[in-house]
Amino acid sequence: MAEQKAKTPRRTTPKLTELDTKQFWEATKDKVLSYQQCDDCKTVVFYPRAHCTGCTSGTLSWKTASGKGTVYSYSVVRQSYHPFYKQMVPYAVAWIDLDEGPRLMSNVVGIDDPSKDIKIGQKVELEWEDGETVNFPIFKVVS
Amino acid sequence: MSQKREAAIVGIYEYPSRDVEGKVSALQIKAHSAAKALEDAGLSWKDVDAIYDAGDGGGMSGLTIAEYFGIKPNVIDTTATGGSAYEFQAAHARRDIAAGRAKVALLTYGSTAHSNFAAIGVGGQGLHGASVQPSDNMESFSGSTLVANYAMVAQRHSHMYGTTPTQLAEISVATRMHAMRNPEAVQAMKDLEFLDIRETTIEDVVTSRIIADPLRLLECCMISDGGGAVVIASPEVARNCKKKPVWIIGSGEATKYPENGGDITTSAGAQSAPVAFADAGVSPSELDVAMIYDSFSITVLTILEDLGFCKKGEGGSYVEGGRLRFDRPNDGPALNTDGGGLSSNHPGMRGIFLLLEATRQLRGESTSQVENAKLAVAHGNGGMLGSRHTAGTIILGGD
Ligand SMILES: [Zn+2]
Repeated sequence: MAEQKAKTPRRTTPKLTELDTKQFWEATKDKVLSYQQCDDCKTVVFYPRAHCTGCTSGTLSWKTASGKGTVYSYSVVRQSYHPFYKQMVPYAVAWIDLDEGPRLMSNVVGIDDPSKDIKIGQKVELEWEDGETVNFPIFKVVS
Repeated sequence: MSQKREAAIVGIYEYPSRDVEGKVSALQIKAHSAAKALEDAGLSWKDVDAIYDAGDGGGMSGLTIAEYFGIKPNVIDTTATGGSAYEFQAAHARRDIAAGRAKVALLTYGSTAHSNFAAIGVGGQGLHGASVQPSDNMESFSGSTLVANYAMVAQRHSHMYGTTPTQLAEISVATRMHAMRNPEAVQAMKDLEFLDIRETTIEDVVTSRIIADPLRLLECCMISDGGGAVVIASPEVARNCKKKPVWIIGSGEATKYPENGGDITTSAGAQSAPVAFADAGVSPSELDVAMIYDSFSITVLTILEDLGFCKKGEGGSYVEGGRLRFDRPNDGPALNTDGGGLSSNHPGMRGIFLLLEATRQLRGESTSQVENAKLAVAHGNGGMLGSRHTAGTIILGGD
């Protein structure tokens, strides 16, 4: 295209056309971290889906997570060829167990040295990184 | 032994080049390998009545590959479970043959991942299609790479069980030692411009560059071109083939995916392996050879535990002292005697090479031959160890 100009590299942005996860990402526009729970069998469903994985008749309700969680495991990425993430290295990716049950993959930020300052079992809390269409739920260490 | 003898591997071929320089297509690798594997068996295209394909030949692969090969099979199986697909397909081929639906099954693989510059492990292009899975849509913003996904298993394993980098390095060291004995693996490392082509030490591994903590360069598989083929036949056909049959005596399949509160240090192998060993009527301690998908050191360590060679959490001490080498037959099975994905080839879906080398071992044809090898396991892991993956376990017995 003629008017194409150098774009600032961005995070991989979720597609809002994906029907199971659309509502989760829509809620991030208001900085709400949401998950689903079955009204009938109380199963916490995450990632979001249209059906309950615990029973066949359940109705799922959207809940808001407190944003408090624990590092289940993590790694520090030191090599990436992606235009956005390569400028972030070294950065920490982690599986975060939210207090309400969902386990999500995210980043842990706000530390001096990600290879030394993160521990499995460490408490973390939600922080939002502003995006162009949606906002990104990332986590910082609770000191 | 009263092993089930319903189907046997009768023909194998491993495509020798790991860098085709863009001059050979994946389909051509598949067809060349198929023809050579059929020759190895003393069979021809017209004998094939069942094909198995993991989709590397393109869309509608069951049709594409039948036309390309010029055959009209009665059984078409397009099981695509990632790198473990060939273990799944071998299990299905045995089942189909045992049920009388087919007599000669053909499995093929071809990939030009290296020529395509697919930076599979570190966020390169080419892995995501036009549509997106819900799981990817939730996780990709984090910028987690494939290496980091596996690294999170290593980190958790270390946290739970005290597994050390030195212990994980044992896997890379044993595998490289086997690779240096395999001329095709040595040539592969030359073609892919490895800086230092020699046996490695634990010190070499634990001082190599970190890619994603705690995994270092020498714990990560290569990205090569390559392919191969396997021919599986009924006992009646097998009896008249050129080489002695290698019997498929057990199989198991499983999936694993993230669950709230789940344990990522246990793979899908913990579900597939007991089924396979029970099917075969053998125990892990009887095995001579373990061909385990070595995408990374941690993949092998986790799966050694899940296959039952040691208890969960004891993989670190189990692998110590060079125990996985081919020349230590009294210490349990030898690991990846061809040089593995770490040091011989990894074009993206390595599962077929596990069957190829296990067959060589039970024929007595390996470059790191385990003395008097009679039983082998080929365990494929497809997808990602730290999140969602498939496991296919195949137990093979010599004639
Ligand atoms: Zn329910």
